[in-house]
Amino acid sequence: MTSSRRVAVLKGGSSFERSVSLRSGAHVQDGLQRLGHEVVAIEAGPQLVPALLEAQPDAAFIALHGLDGEDGLVQGLLEAIGLPYTGSGPAACMRCTDKRLAKYLMREAGIPTPPFHPLRQASIEELGAAGALARVERQLDFPLVVKPARGGSALGVKFASNGAELPGAMVGAFSYDSTILLERYVRGRDLAVSVLDCLPACPPGGKALPEGGPSGTEGLREEDARPGEGQPGALPVVEAVPREEDFYDYEARYEIGKTTFVCPAELPAQTTARAQQLAVQVYELLGCHGVARIDLMLDEDSGELWVLEANVVPGMTATSLLPQAADAAGISFDELVQRILDSAWTR
Amino acid sequence: MDDSRRARPTAHELARYESLFATRTLGMKSSAMREMMALTERPDVISLAGGLPDTSTFEPELYAKLMARVAAESTARALQYGPTEGMAATVECIVEVMATEGTQVDPAEVIVTTGGQQVIDLVCKALIDPGDVIVAEGPTYPGAVPTFSAYQADVEQIEMDADGMLIDALEAKLDHLHAQGRRPKFIYTIPNFQNPGGVTMSLARRRRLVEVARERELLVLEDNPYGLLRYEGEALPTLHSLDAQTGGRPNQGGGSDLVIYLGTFSKILSPGLRLGWAVAPQPVLAKLNLGKQGADLCSSPVTQMFVAAYFAERDAQGAAAWLQYVERLRSLYRARRDAMLEALAEHFGESASWTRPRGGLFIWATLDERIDTTDLLALAQSSERVAFVPGRAAYVDGRSGASSMRLNFAGSPEREMREGVRRIGRAMRAQLGLLGSLSGTPAHESVQPPGAQPAPEDTPPAPAPTDPPYGPEDRLADVVALPRPHDASPGTARWRRDR
Repeated sequence: MTSSRRVAVLKGGSSFERSVSLRSGAHVQDGLQRLGHEVVAIEAGPQLVPALLEAQPDAAFIALHGLDGEDGLVQGLLEAIGLPYTGSGPAACMRCTDKRLAKYLMREAGIPTPPFHPLRQASIEELGAAGALARVERQLDFPLVVKPARGGSALGVKFASNGAELPGAMVGAFSYDSTILLERYVRGRDLAVSVLDCLPACPPGGKALPEGGPSGTEGLREEDARPGEGQPGALPVVEAVPREEDFYDYEARYEIGKTTFVCPAELPAQTTARAQQLAVQVYELLGCHGVARIDLMLDEDSGELWVLEANVVPGMTATSLLPQAADAAGISFDELVQRILDSAWTR
Repeated sequence: MDDSRRARPTAHELARYESLFATRTLGMKSSAMREMMALTERPDVISLAGGLPDTSTFEPELYAKLMARVAAESTARALQYGPTEGMAATVECIVEVMATEGTQVDPAEVIVTTGGQQVIDLVCKALIDPGDVIVAEGPTYPGAVPTFSAYQADVEQIEMDADGMLIDALEAKLDHLHAQGRRPKFIYTIPNFQNPGGVTMSLARRRRLVEVARERELLVLEDNPYGLLRYEGEALPTLHSLDAQTGGRPNQGGGSDLVIYLGTFSKILSPGLRLGWAVAPQPVLAKLNLGKQGADLCSSPVTQMFVAAYFAERDAQGAAAWLQYVERLRSLYRARRDAMLEALAEHFGESASWTRPRGGLFIWATLDERIDTTDLLALAQSSERVAFVPGRAAYVDGRSGASSMRLNFAGSPEREMREGVRRIGRAMRAQLGLLGSLSGTPAHESVQPPGAQPAPEDTPPAPAPTDPPYGPEDRLADVVALPRPHDASPGTARWRRDR
C-alpha cells in the first residue's frame, strides 16, 4: 500500500480525441479513488493552470490525448510550475508525437520502420515540393499511406492506391496537420505493444510482469523484454483485426464495432518476443518514461515487423489497449494506474 | 486496502459483457466523425451543422401563459401517465396540422410519439428483422442512419435529383432485389425539402412512388417534418393523401393502406417538447402501439397538454396563434435561406454546386470530388471555427457523399450564418489551391456551376437541359452490409475499443 496522494487528473482538451480523453480520465479517477488517493479532476482549458495552482496537488495524472497532452507542452508547463506529472517528459513527447522525427530516429538507430518521406504544406508553395512527388512515388511505390505527422487518432490517415488518388489523400491529411508523411504501405497484421517502466514498487528482481496471463508471455526474452528494477518491460501483444471489407479504410479500422482486438495476439513465440523487444528498444530510443504504447505491423509477405509509431499517453478506457494488455499480464487496472502515477516521482 | 474497493474491469469481465451485448449493438458505431462533431458544440464555433429550428422566436410570455394554463386547469392530469396512443386533445391538434397540409386523417389512426425520431424507431421495431431491406434516399436523414443500423437493416439508398428520388432507379433496385428473392420492408422518404438534400419530390414522382408501392405491396414511411415550412411554390399533396385518394380506403375516412406518415411538432413549434406522431394503417398502428408501450408507455402529458393549450390560442381577430407562428417562421427562414444562397454564390462560387430548397432547413452543397468534407470539417473547425455536417453522415455506408455537406440555414441569425459560409468557403478554397498545386490541374472542372433552377414541381422533369443540383460524381450509393458479430474464441480476450 502506497501513501495516499492528492492527484490532479488532466483530461478533455480541444483535440478530436477529447471525448476519449474524458472517458480515460474518468476511469483513471475511479482507479485513483479506489486506491485511496484524493482526486481533483481538471479539464484542459483556460482554467488549467489556475485550477492546478489552487488545487495544489502532489502530482498531475495526464489523461489528455492528441496534441493537447502528447506534444510536450503541457508537460513543460507542469515543470514550470514545479508539479510532478505522469509519463514521458517534454522531449520524449515531442519525439513520439512528431512521427517524422520518431521515424528518422528509428531509421538512424536501425529499427525497422516503413520507408517514408515527409512533406510540409508550405514547401509545396515555397520550395516547389510537388515536383518531388513523382520520385517519391517511385521510391515508395503504391499503395501508399498518407498520414498527418502529428495527432493520435486515425482521422486523416489515407490510403492511395495510385497516383490519381494521391492529391486528394494528401489534401485530406493536410487538413489535420501542416506536415504529412507519405509512407510505404505494409500489408499485414496490426499489432500494439505497451511498455511499462518497472517502478520501485516492483518486487526486487523485476518479476512484476508475470509470464502468466491467459496464454502467457512465453515469448518474452529474458535479456530484452523482462524488466529489471527500473527497467522498462513489454506487456503482451495486442492485435487489431479489422473486418475484411474495411481493409483499406483506416478510419473504419478504428471505429468501434468494426475492429476486434485480441490479446495476447495469436503469434509465433518468436514473433511475440521480437515485437516486445522492438517495443522496448523504441521506448528507450525515444526516451519514454512510465508508459508508452508502440504500434507495429507484421508484414504478411516477409514476416518482418515494422514499427509505425509510439504513443506517450495511451488510452485508459475499459476497452483501451493498454489496460487490456496489462490485464493479460495479470496487472489490474488499479495497479496500472498506481504504476503510472508512481512514474511522476521517478523521473 | 479493502479488496472490495479494487473492483476492476478485467479481460474476463469485458469478454462477459461482450457475450451479453446483443449482436445489433455491433451496428451501433461510434465513429471518428462523431467525435469530431462533438466539438462543434463549442461556443466559439459557428455551427451550421445542427438540425435546429430557431426557438428564440417563441414568445416567453406566451410560453409562460400556456404553462400556467396547463397548471391551473389540469395539474393532476398533466402529472399523470397518459394513454399510449396519446391524449385526445393532442390528436385533435395533429389532425388540424395535417388538414392544413391538405391531408385528412382519422384520429383513430394517429399515435402520438416522443418526437418524430421515435416513429422511425418504432417502425423499425415493428417491421425489421436483421438483414431486412429498407430503401431510402441517398443522401438520407443522418439521424435515421443509426436507427437503421441498430436494427441491422440492409439499407439501399436511391439517388435523387432536383425532383427527389429517381423512381426509375427505385424500380431498377426493386427488380434487382426481387431477383435475389428479397423485398424491402419499407421505403423511407422525405418528400418535402428533403433532409439533407433540400430537394422536393415532384407531384409526378409522388404519384409514381405510390403506384410502385401499390403494385409491389410495399410500405412507405413518409417523413414530413417541414411540409408547412414552404417558402415558395404551391404545396404538394402528401403521399398519404395521394394513396388515400387513389387506392386507399376513400369510403372509410380516407385512410391509406400503405403509407405510414410521420409528423412532428419539432419544426413548427419546438423540438424541446419531444412530440411527434405517426398515422398508420390499423394493423401497423397496433404494432407501433405495442412497441411504444415497451419503449416509454406514453409521451409526456405535460407537453401534450401544452400543445393542446397552444392550439386553442387565438389572437384578437380570432386567428389561430400556431398558424401565425408558422407564418412568422416561414418569413424568417425564407430570408435566411435567401441569405445563405447569396452567401454561397459569393463564397463558394464556381467551385461547388448546391440545391435551392423551396422550404425546410437545409441546403446540400457538393464540392470538387477530390475534397472529402470530413477532412474539410477538421480544417474548418481548427482554422476557421465553423462546422457543418459532412455528406458521409447521410449515407449508411459512411463513404458515399464524401464531397458533399449539409448546411442548416434556419438555426442561426443571418450575419452569423453568412460569416459561417464565408469561413467554409475560405477553407474549401485553401484545399482547392493545394489540390491544384499537387495535381497541376485546375481544381474544379468536374463540378456543376451553381444556381441550377429545379423544374416546376408539378411537371415531370424536363430531359435535363438545366444543370442537375448534384454533380455527375453522384451515383447510386453502394450496397451496404452492416457489421456482423465476430466469433470469439475462448481463452483470448476480444473486444472493441474506444481508442
